Amino acid sequence: MANNVYFEDVSIGDEVPAFERKTDFMNWNRYAAVNDEFVFLHMDDEVGKAAGQGAAFGMGNLRWAYVLNALRNWIGDEARVRELSMQFRAINHKNDVLTTVATVRQKRVEDGEHLVDLEINVRNQDGVMTAPGHATVVVPARNG
Amino acid sequence: MTSAEPTTLVTPEMEASKGVWGPETRSYPVSESDIRKWAIAVYWPETPPRLYWDEEYAKTTKWGSIIAPEDFNPFAWPPERPATRQSAGPVPGKKPAKGENILNGGQTDTFFTPMRPGDVITSRSRLSHWEERQGRHGLTIFAYTETEWRNQKDELIKRRISIGVRY
Repeated sequence: MANNVYFEDVSIGDEVPAFERKTDFMNWNRYAAVNDEFVFLHMDDEVGKAAGQGAAFGMGNLRWAYVLNALRNWIGDEARVRELSMQFRAINHKNDVLTTVATVRQKRVEDGEHLVDLEINVRNQDGVMTAPGHATVVVPARNG
Repeated sequence: MTSAEPTTLVTPEMEASKGVWGPETRSYPVSESDIRKWAIAVYWPETPPRLYWDEEYAKTTKWGSIIAPEDFNPFAWPPERPATRQSAGPVPGKKPAKGENILNGGQTDTFFTPMRPGDVITSRSRLSHWEERQGRHGLTIFAYTETEWRNQKDELIKRRISIGVRY
């Protein structure tokens, strides 16, 4: 859909529908294949273990993609993601089930643009919040 | 003192390059196929949004053509593979020395004009600053790099501050 969310309809505290994926090895490899990211830390359990992470681990930027997907699914094709910021604080282990979390924290109008600020994270199956951050999207206004 | 851990992970190369823009890198032209495959990979197994692969649909949107997802990387798969691009980080069969382990610490991106098929993207980066502290894996350095991407019309695509972690 072209536009999915209008500024007037967004409320502080709204939760963006989650994007959820189980990150198995093929899932990581699909991302490595398009991003040219064949790094031993993501491929070889012995290398991941020697690095102190227990085993091979997933790409931070795959979580980044999941959050962008959640935001795009929410705002529709014609609205825009203006900013995204995330810190990859916890490791993504093989077969983790990752769920995006995005909560509206602020609405503002700046230079005629209707901006929505969100708190961002990616939760794993154990409830660990792995990647805190924030995002800003630009959405249309019904009277804008 | 030979087995003592280093007191800093800052290298002379870091000191010399701090704040200095590195050479520009230019992408091959972005193709519809590159964008489509990217979208399929990150949405798998769901069908990705038509905006990323259906030109007829994309024409009806305000963009007027297919655009790339914000995180699309037009610099993937250059045909020449210098050693620095072969594989980042530690390798099998060799215990990494202090400072040779790497992690992606995260990033902040500001997005401007979207990328489209046919675009040629130019990138430049500079090391901004760093901080060191004791972490779970001992001495750890967080290096902040600023990157800008522009298209062939010199329109800004995105500005990124990325955090590279070494321990």
